[in-house]
Amino acid sequence: MSNQRESGTGETTYREAIRAAIREAMLEDPRVFLMGEDVGRYGGCYAVSKGLYEEFGPERVRDTPLSESVFVGAGIGAALGGMRPIVEVMSINFSLLCMDQIVNNAATIQHMSGGQFNIPLVIRMATGAGLQLAAQHSHSLEVLYAHIPGIRVVAPATLEDARGMLATALEDPDPVLIFEHAGLYNRPGQIAADAGAVDIDRAVVRRKGEDVTLITYGGSLYKTLDAAAALAEQGIHAEVIDLRSLRPLDEATLLDSVRRTQRAVVVDEGWRSGSLAAEVMARISEQAFYDLDAPLARVCSEEVPIPYAKHMEQAALPQTETIINTVKKCFGDRND
Amino acid sequence: MTEFLMPSLGADMEAATVVEWRVKPGDAVKRGDIVAAVETDKGIIDIEVFEEGILQQILVPVGEKVSVGAVLAIFNGADQKSSKPPADPVEKEQPKPVPEPTQADQNAVPTPTAEKSTQRISPAAKKRAKALSVDLANVKGTGAQGAITTADVEQAAGNAKPDAMRQAIASAMSRSKQEIPHYYLATTVDMTDTLDWLAEKNASLPVQARRVYAVLLIKAVALALVEVPELNGYWVDGQFESSDQVNVGMAISLRQGGLIAPALHDVQGKTLDTLMAEFRDLVNRARAGRVSRAEFTEASVTVSSLGEQGVEMMYSIIHPPQVAIVSFGSVIERPWCVDGAVVPRKLMNVSLAADHRASDGHRGALFLNHVSQYLQQPELL
Amino acid sequence: MNRDQIKSVVLSELYSIAPELEDEDIATNTAFRDQFDFDSMDFLNFVIGLHETLKIDIPESDYPKLLSLSGCIAYLESKDLPG
Repeated sequence: MSNQRESGTGETTYREAIRAAIREAMLEDPRVFLMGEDVGRYGGCYAVSKGLYEEFGPERVRDTPLSESVFVGAGIGAALGGMRPIVEVMSINFSLLCMDQIVNNAATIQHMSGGQFNIPLVIRMATGAGLQLAAQHSHSLEVLYAHIPGIRVVAPATLEDARGMLATALEDPDPVLIFEHAGLYNRPGQIAADAGAVDIDRAVVRRKGEDVTLITYGGSLYKTLDAAAALAEQGIHAEVIDLRSLRPLDEATLLDSVRRTQRAVVVDEGWRSGSLAAEVMARISEQAFYDLDAPLARVCSEEVPIPYAKHMEQAALPQTETIINTVKKCFGDRND
Repeated sequence: MTEFLMPSLGADMEAATVVEWRVKPGDAVKRGDIVAAVETDKGIIDIEVFEEGILQQILVPVGEKVSVGAVLAIFNGADQKSSKPPADPVEKEQPKPVPEPTQADQNAVPTPTAEKSTQRISPAAKKRAKALSVDLANVKGTGAQGAITTADVEQAAGNAKPDAMRQAIASAMSRSKQEIPHYYLATTVDMTDTLDWLAEKNASLPVQARRVYAVLLIKAVALALVEVPELNGYWVDGQFESSDQVNVGMAISLRQGGLIAPALHDVQGKTLDTLMAEFRDLVNRARAGRVSRAEFTEASVTVSSLGEQGVEMMYSIIHPPQVAIVSFGSVIERPWCVDGAVVPRKLMNVSLAADHRASDGHRGALFLNHVSQYLQQPELL
Repeated sequence: MNRDQIKSVVLSELYSIAPELEDEDIATNTAFRDQFDFDSMDFLNFVIGLHETLKIDIPESDYPKLLSLSGCIAYLESKDLPG
């Protein structure tokens, strides 16, 4: 496939873009394999790996026992042994079961071996709410991993990033965690037929504006862009930044924007307390305090386990309307 | 607590001498009571209080002369009468029983009720206000939580601009006239041939490339200053520092009123075409309010002209810390003696105001002579 | 270009130099300089503006004809400008 890319664009979905990325990686590098619960015969809980088992066989698309600690640990071992594993953890909630492997092993071995051993491991997992999967499958715990030195944490929000981040993550000699928002899998769109690898360390301005900077990532990007479009009709021109990389944070892009707009609102589906939003706001306060023209603000999820009932689940999550209202508060009288 | 002030007893009164106190500390007074007598240029006049209260302290003893507005005594208001026993009858040096915070104290330790402390100001607005010298006390906040924003500051700065500029001009010019011993020299330059030369050059040039004669004046001044460097530089800390470059400050009047004098840098080394382009750009930017800080602060001499308003001769005030300002009058066609005959010529007056601490009239005369020579040999410019 | 078109070009060039004039009546026969603050640099910008907008050459010797609104209109009419 790799040598015969076509020009032009094609219709795809976020799910298919990830699948194309996995498939390409496996075709190009025999060390790459996919491992996780139901990724093989079943085609993946979110159907991301559908068809790969048939194409690559059980050696390279491996179904695992329901034991996150075991198969993530096996992935670390495989990476140590020279393989390039892609480990799928079904949901970020379940990743707590393998957090010991990630935090105590994957993130530390390079450091503890004095640089002798790298862990070229990629772990993918679904995160986020909105699909009525209830509290044990809906949380946004990315911030727990963004806290940990020794791993890289990325969150593709666009089709291009879904398609392109995996290849770069596999090239990285150290562990990379890719968080895929479950609400994005069905998102359709056009993508260039020759779309390929993208960087995994920069934030990107998704919409230009001069009045306020909206900082977000993952599943909240589209709500934030919708809010920015609505605000523009009311005369507030918001710049929207997609963080893409949650660790490390691309401070330069954030600060450059905030220094221009002098206002910032962070939109983060995680809970407010100890959130990634809190970290972003702290960095802005530390480095751009004297450029601020309004208090920093954020839109986060309500501090409850994400409810099952649809209306309650929606009420608990950041929404376009709450983003708009929070932004307008940054402008005081201007909108009275 | 009320301060009892030396009243103004006539528009021409500046000061008066206290000749009598009719009350002593502890005495109660009411509105209209005569409390003291003062002697002005016009004679002795009784002065009265306008509020009820108790005299706490006399600050100006009999025989002392103070200016209008000086605090003569302190009264406690009627509502405070009972709360404070009268002070001991009194030595002036005694520590003052002044329990109320003074104005300065209030500023130092803002209380929650002081209006200033409740006004929110965004960090960016504070920074902007400092840069624009805007007094935030008079700015209304329209931002989040009622805070003053940069937009509020910039609006206030826009409103306040002419005043601030007036203040700046007032202070620089007062300082100049108070500190700088000016001397003034003037001469008349025959510009006829030079203006013909310029017209001939311009005839072959497109509109954008044509030069105005002011550019010749600027260049002539710069070249003359190279030969008389003690007019080009700054008087700092009691001595003259000459400037290597000739940075000519151009006095530019602004459409909305006021005057600024941003500098053209390094004039002596630039061609007339370069100077013309920079001059036009500088004027346009000055009028649009977009002059850089370096242009504002680094003039080593100033050139001024009111010739376009028909002024024939002007003697200007030096802009400190510079030590000279050169002024040009308008070009006027007049009878003039050339080779023993009276002929019509286009004449222009030029004057120099210079700082006598940095140079003497002889050098100033030499400078004017050079300016005149250069202006009559435009091909040298 | 007729008289009205010429007048509107002249006025718009004036306004671009001195925006505050938009709210004022400009006397037809009085020199600009005698009506409002209009110095030689303003005049030069004005002539450059006319030159660039109307694509005509204006020699310096013609400057005295452009000192008032009526002077400008008469001068530009004589140039027989295309509409």
